[in-house]
Amino acid sequence: MILHRRQVVKTLLSERGDLLVVAGLGSTAWDITAAGDAPLNFPLWGAMGQAAMIGLGLALAQPRRRVLVITGDGEMLMGIGSLATIGVQQPSNLTLVVIDNEHYGETGMQDTHTAHGVDLAGVAQACGFKYSKTTSSLKTLRSIVHEGAGPNFAVVKVAAEKLPLVLPPLDGVALKDRFRRALLGPQADLD
Amino acid sequence: MQPDWPQEVHRALGKAQVRIVGYVPDAGHSRLIELCQGDRKMLSVVLTTEEEGIGLAAGAWLGGEKSVLLMQSSGVGNVINAAGVLKTCRIPLVMIVTMRGEEGEFNTWQVPMGTATPAVLEAMGVSVQRAARAEEVAPLVSDSLKNPHATAVLISQLVIGIKSFQE
Repeated sequence: MILHRRQVVKTLLSERGDLLVVAGLGSTAWDITAAGDAPLNFPLWGAMGQAAMIGLGLALAQPRRRVLVITGDGEMLMGIGSLATIGVQQPSNLTLVVIDNEHYGETGMQDTHTAHGVDLAGVAQACGFKYSKTTSSLKTLRSIVHEGAGPNFAVVKVAAEKLPLVLPPLDGVALKDRFRRALLGPQADLD
Repeated sequence: MQPDWPQEVHRALGKAQVRIVGYVPDAGHSRLIELCQGDRKMLSVVLTTEEEGIGLAAGAWLGGEKSVLLMQSSGVGNVINAAGVLKTCRIPLVMIVTMRGEEGEFNTWQVPMGTATPAVLEAMGVSVQRAARAEEVAPLVSDSLKNPHATAVLISQLVIGIKSFQE
């Protein structure tokens, strides 16, 4: 059965509770927005390769909250070293989910390395993630994201399809401020 | 006697409640890294490349924590594109940068990036402070931690000493 990215992301984010969500630039930023724009979403419009590290910073700063990074295979490949960095820190509240269509979807659907056998879940496992698998079970994935003792890493293979853009707000300061206010309350404006 | 700048900087970080310290090792930073690692109130995060320190800082700030990034000047070249997020989202980060490639540098391969370091940072919207003497480092770091934007404190090679290739 071929999975579709918007459905996968929507399933992960339904009844999300107080989950903190970072999405890598490009398709995954549109995916989380299609599932419903929310103050505790931080969709990236740039800084390719940094989604996992932003998730790590957030997870370390907020050890009592669950943090989910949803990103694409191309974005994850650009920040592949961060898997080693996360492996050292072992944040139990962090999960990375790679929506892997094996293509650079924003630039003309060129193949990524995962189209040629590079196994990102294998890399994460070797870096010391507590859970690291390529999976098509959304039920398992939901329980990992919301309850699993991390760091967790999952690759979900999806169809390479060009979908209508669903754009989040563009203003970086506004995205950051609304996230901080939703998370930190009035203290967000006092630091 | 030469002021103990690593200890003064460590104290300044503690006073400003900096709890997350990203770093790529540099000989000039070794003592400050040890002090941060030995501080139970701080999380020291070793990075594979300096660029990761930008994401770390952005995530930490989203979560309400101020962080610093320790690196040498060659690492400034590794952060350029990612550093855009600091400006676009206005994220405060203090980068404490030990300089290579200044006057007296033996390794000429360090010179191009060392020479370009301030210009590269400024081009990306990071304000630059220079510490030419040991006693200037901690006060510049303290002041920079109050900025709402990204700041780099460059520590001159005269403060940390020229790397010897004789040993």
